Amino acid sequence: MRFALAGNPNCGKTTLFNSLTGATGHVGNWPGVTVDKREGVYKKLEEKVSIIDLPGIYSLSPYTPEEVISRNFILDEKPDCIINVVDATNLERNLYLTTQLLEIDAPIIIALNMMDEVKKSGRKIDSKTLEKELNVKVVEISALKNQGLNELMKAAYLEAKRERTGYSVLENSRIGKVIDETKEDLKHKGISSPLFHAVKLIENDEIEIKAHPEISIGVEELKNKEPKDEFNGDYEAIVADLRYKYISSKFSSVVVKSEKEETLTKSDKIDKVMTHRIWSIPLFLVIMFVVFHLVFSEDLLFLNSIFGLEITSEGWINFLTGMGAEVDELTGEVAALAGIPSPGVFLQNWMGFATGSLIDLFRSFMPEGTWYTGLICDGLLTGLDSIFSFLPQILLLFLFISILEDSGYMARVAFIMDRAFRKFGLSGKAFIPLLMGFGCSVPAMMAAKTLEDEKERDMTIRLTPFFSCGAKAPIWAMLAVAIAGSFLGDIFVFSIYILGIVVAIIAAIIMKAFNKNYEAPPFIMELPSYHAPQFKNLMAHLWEKLKHFVIKASTIITAAIILIWFLSNFGWAFWNGMVDDIEASILASIGKALKYFFYPLGWAQGVDGWKFSVASVTGLIAKEDVVATMAQLGLCDDAGESIAFLMTNSRIYAFAAYNLFTFPCFAAIATAKSESSKKAFPITLLFWFFGSYVISLVVFLVGLLFEASIILGILIILVIIGLIVLGLYLLKRRNTKALKAKNA
Amino acid sequence: MEKYLKDFNIGESGKIISINAEGKIKRRLFDMGVTPGALVTLKKVAPLGDPIEVSLRGYDLSLRKDEAKCVLVEVIK
Repeated sequence: MRFALAGNPNCGKTTLFNSLTGATGHVGNWPGVTVDKREGVYKKLEEKVSIIDLPGIYSLSPYTPEEVISRNFILDEKPDCIINVVDATNLERNLYLTTQLLEIDAPIIIALNMMDEVKKSGRKIDSKTLEKELNVKVVEISALKNQGLNELMKAAYLEAKRERTGYSVLENSRIGKVIDETKEDLKHKGISSPLFHAVKLIENDEIEIKAHPEISIGVEELKNKEPKDEFNGDYEAIVADLRYKYISSKFSSVVVKSEKEETLTKSDKIDKVMTHRIWSIPLFLVIMFVVFHLVFSEDLLFLNSIFGLEITSEGWINFLTGMGAEVDELTGEVAALAGIPSPGVFLQNWMGFATGSLIDLFRSFMPEGTWYTGLICDGLLTGLDSIFSFLPQILLLFLFISILEDSGYMARVAFIMDRAFRKFGLSGKAFIPLLMGFGCSVPAMMAAKTLEDEKERDMTIRLTPFFSCGAKAPIWAMLAVAIAGSFLGDIFVFSIYILGIVVAIIAAIIMKAFNKNYEAPPFIMELPSYHAPQFKNLMAHLWEKLKHFVIKASTIITAAIILIWFLSNFGWAFWNGMVDDIEASILASIGKALKYFFYPLGWAQGVDGWKFSVASVTGLIAKEDVVATMAQLGLCDDAGESIAFLMTNSRIYAFAAYNLFTFPCFAAIATAKSESSKKAFPITLLFWFFGSYVISLVVFLVGLLFEASIILGILIILVIIGLIVLGLYLLKRRNTKALKAKNA
Repeated sequence: MEKYLKDFNIGESGKIISINAEGKIKRRLFDMGVTPGALVTLKKVAPLGDPIEVSLRGYDLSLRKDEAKCVLVEVIK
């Protein structure tokens, strides 16, 4: 048996899904978290029931992919029962979808969710009246507190065994006759759920007109016979209006408001600060900086820089920071720490310590210099080490982003930023997937599906990798060590993130300028109430990410690392055994060929140049591999904490820029392919390929000028900005002319 | 007094008279409950002057001035 969960975005559907199935799907507090339908199993009934979590929708209109997915699933796959999840704190708008679902010939039951919050606010909801009026079973639940779930499932199970014919709240309205006649026509043709299709045909629904062209002609004739009213024959408007009129007339008495209800809700009070006219944008920047500081800073709150703490890593401090003492070989003194480590760095140190000890342990048991010791210690374990030592930072970053998402703040960010984004041809909504890109490009690109406009979707997917993902963080952390002036480390990392954003903005403006007649899509979005993030949901999210990451790590990444180990330890005549010098390996010759391609970018120059070329290529398999490969090639230690190469800051920056803007990992490329339109994907690939090369080149050249003279560097940056502005101005003028010509 | 939702001042309320939009935008507004007869209050304007936040049918909706200029409202004093 299969039950489908359908309801508005943010109605608590995914929480219910998790409570029922014990699944670890992620719940966010912004519209559109469930992009694809997910399936789980409920086991507490006589038979096992599959639960399908459909994407959140406001309507069954044909305009958004979620609506089409949900609609097709319900109509074609015919679940045994539809569980319509309704947010009881927001009854009026939620019931609008219900009135559409009721028209389908399928068993349906209403789960009146968030009843705990309704009771807390002192309101009362008369669910019996609701049940009688809609003529379907209504069960009060709280998905969050696990209340009423068994009753809900038992009732759904009973309903599933019954036949149900669709019913429309519009049947007794002024368009009832037209609906009835159209329904009969469809019924004669043997079409199931004729009522639903009839109403959609009357609404001029694109999908229905395509499916039943001959009936739609008849519908037009019927409509023309009807008297004209204030809607001037616009049946889409008439139907929506009648649904809402029905809901407000029948159910205004269902909700009894409490007397002590305040005019300002808790969300309103929080929003006084969070979406404040002046403070909201600085506040957002501060929040983002704090997140990055807590994850990446080696000097928490800059305490050391400010107070000069001179902490040395000895005794209990060594234990607390997990740093491990760095002893100066010449003087025998213990080196001072950069400061008190942030939670991210602290956890990373401990993880690095644990995996490092494990490798040492293995090495002590195995014979030295054999190929299998190499395979296990230098290939397999080193690979695992490079994955696990960065896991804490990646998870911590995920955690902070999920907290922002679950609390409802992300939707506010879209609200605050929309105006700025529209200038670049994107809506504030695109900001949500892009911001998720800081966690991982794969779910971020999937979330881009919530964007209604195809062009906007393609553009967002193209820009997502520029928002440096968690897997790229190890590269920045390692390069931060290499940057001259170690206190610049977290400023370097921060600046890489900013560079990504700035380039994304410029790229978006350029893409918009090249797209004639392009206008930003509409931005009509619910702002959900704030709520405290649920610990259970946060952990579920983290667990899912961890699982995804470790599975990916243990398969692709380890395989790639063993391959690299093989390529770097064996020559072309691999049957002769391991080569002593990595310079004689297969990988060296590949890298040496690639080096010439990357030569103009600066970082591929010099003796170690080919190693950087190899690392940037292995990064395709997974971005973590860049550091893992560099460790393999002896450029840094396994955790990227100490480095064994010397490069000028301009080359380090150019290398960082190349890795930031080039192809994302294979997983993300595959996601981009499946989520973007067919014609856009090849352009996306070319865009990543040439874009990264050009940007890395520019960064290197500008860096060189800066190193020669700061004034020269600033001058050249101004010239570049000037050229971009001039180019965009010319394009805009051309587009305005084209638009004018078109309108004339 | 009738005016477009775009020209509302913060705190002003009214009853929606008509929606003068087409296609996708019109349908989206309808689906979100922006229909004739609905009561609407302007709650907030975003820091950069656009979009706006209104409350209607018991929830908060954000929309751009471009969309709000299609919504004609009878102001309630």
